[in-house]
Amino acid sequence: MEQLAFTCLSVFTLACAAGVVLSKNAVNGAMCLLLCLAGIAGLFIQLHAYLLAFVLVLVYAGAVVALFLFIIMLLDMQGGQPWRFRGFQAFAGVVAAALLATGLELLAVRGRLADSAPVGYSAGSSLKLYSYQLFTTYLLPVQVMGFLLLIAMLGVIVLSRRTREPEDGK
Amino acid sequence: MTPTLESYVMLSAALFAVGFLGVLVRRNTLVVYMCLELMLVAASLALVAFSRFNGTEDGDVFVFFILTVAAAEVAVGLAIIVALFRTRQTIQVDRLDSLKH
Repeated sequence: MEQLAFTCLSVFTLACAAGVVLSKNAVNGAMCLLLCLAGIAGLFIQLHAYLLAFVLVLVYAGAVVALFLFIIMLLDMQGGQPWRFRGFQAFAGVVAAALLATGLELLAVRGRLADSAPVGYSAGSSLKLYSYQLFTTYLLPVQVMGFLLLIAMLGVIVLSRRTREPEDGK
Repeated sequence: MTPTLESYVMLSAALFAVGFLGVLVRRNTLVVYMCLELMLVAASLALVAFSRFNGTEDGDVFVFFILTVAAAEVAVGLAIIVALFRTRQTIQVDRLDSLKH
């Protein structure tokens, strides 16, 4: 049962990811990204990371994809070839595909990962455990993240102001 | 029967590969950005799977940080793309070649 759900979710996620890459229209790509993220959230739930699934849907599907759609509306996306398969790009694509295929093949044939019994059932799901970790072991990274968010916010404000100023000056 | 750790890692690698292919192949900057997000999410999936199968919390906490950084990165990146579009009137990767010449 769990295996069946995993297979369905992974096929769905991969198909939607392929849709992001292959769709000619950027809006369709954003919608495929949304569905792909829903599939990933389902996989997180299957891994008993309920809180992370919730945060993923909230942050990615709620904020990031909405932001992408706003920008797609704002910009003119017409014209131009959607794909490029010329010279260096094609070469790089082939090399990258070969490297990834080799890595996957090595992982499948020789990889000895931990034996497949998942442990720590309650560990991944509790908000209390997360917050305990965040405020003890990872307190410094949390502070750095807050600082990073502040810098990003200031940077976005500066970036969107500076382009407007020359227009005002005209 | 539960899915094994290998299957999760393979799925994550395949998702990463699809995102990487998109970054290499697509010409629209916004779609390249979406494919970058796809690669980030694939890495998060691997982290969550490893942390579940090892019974530790650390991978899950890292995914929190990845989500935070991804949100900041998307905001800054999209602001840069909009500023680029205002000055150059295009966001096709091939036409943004001022630094090339």
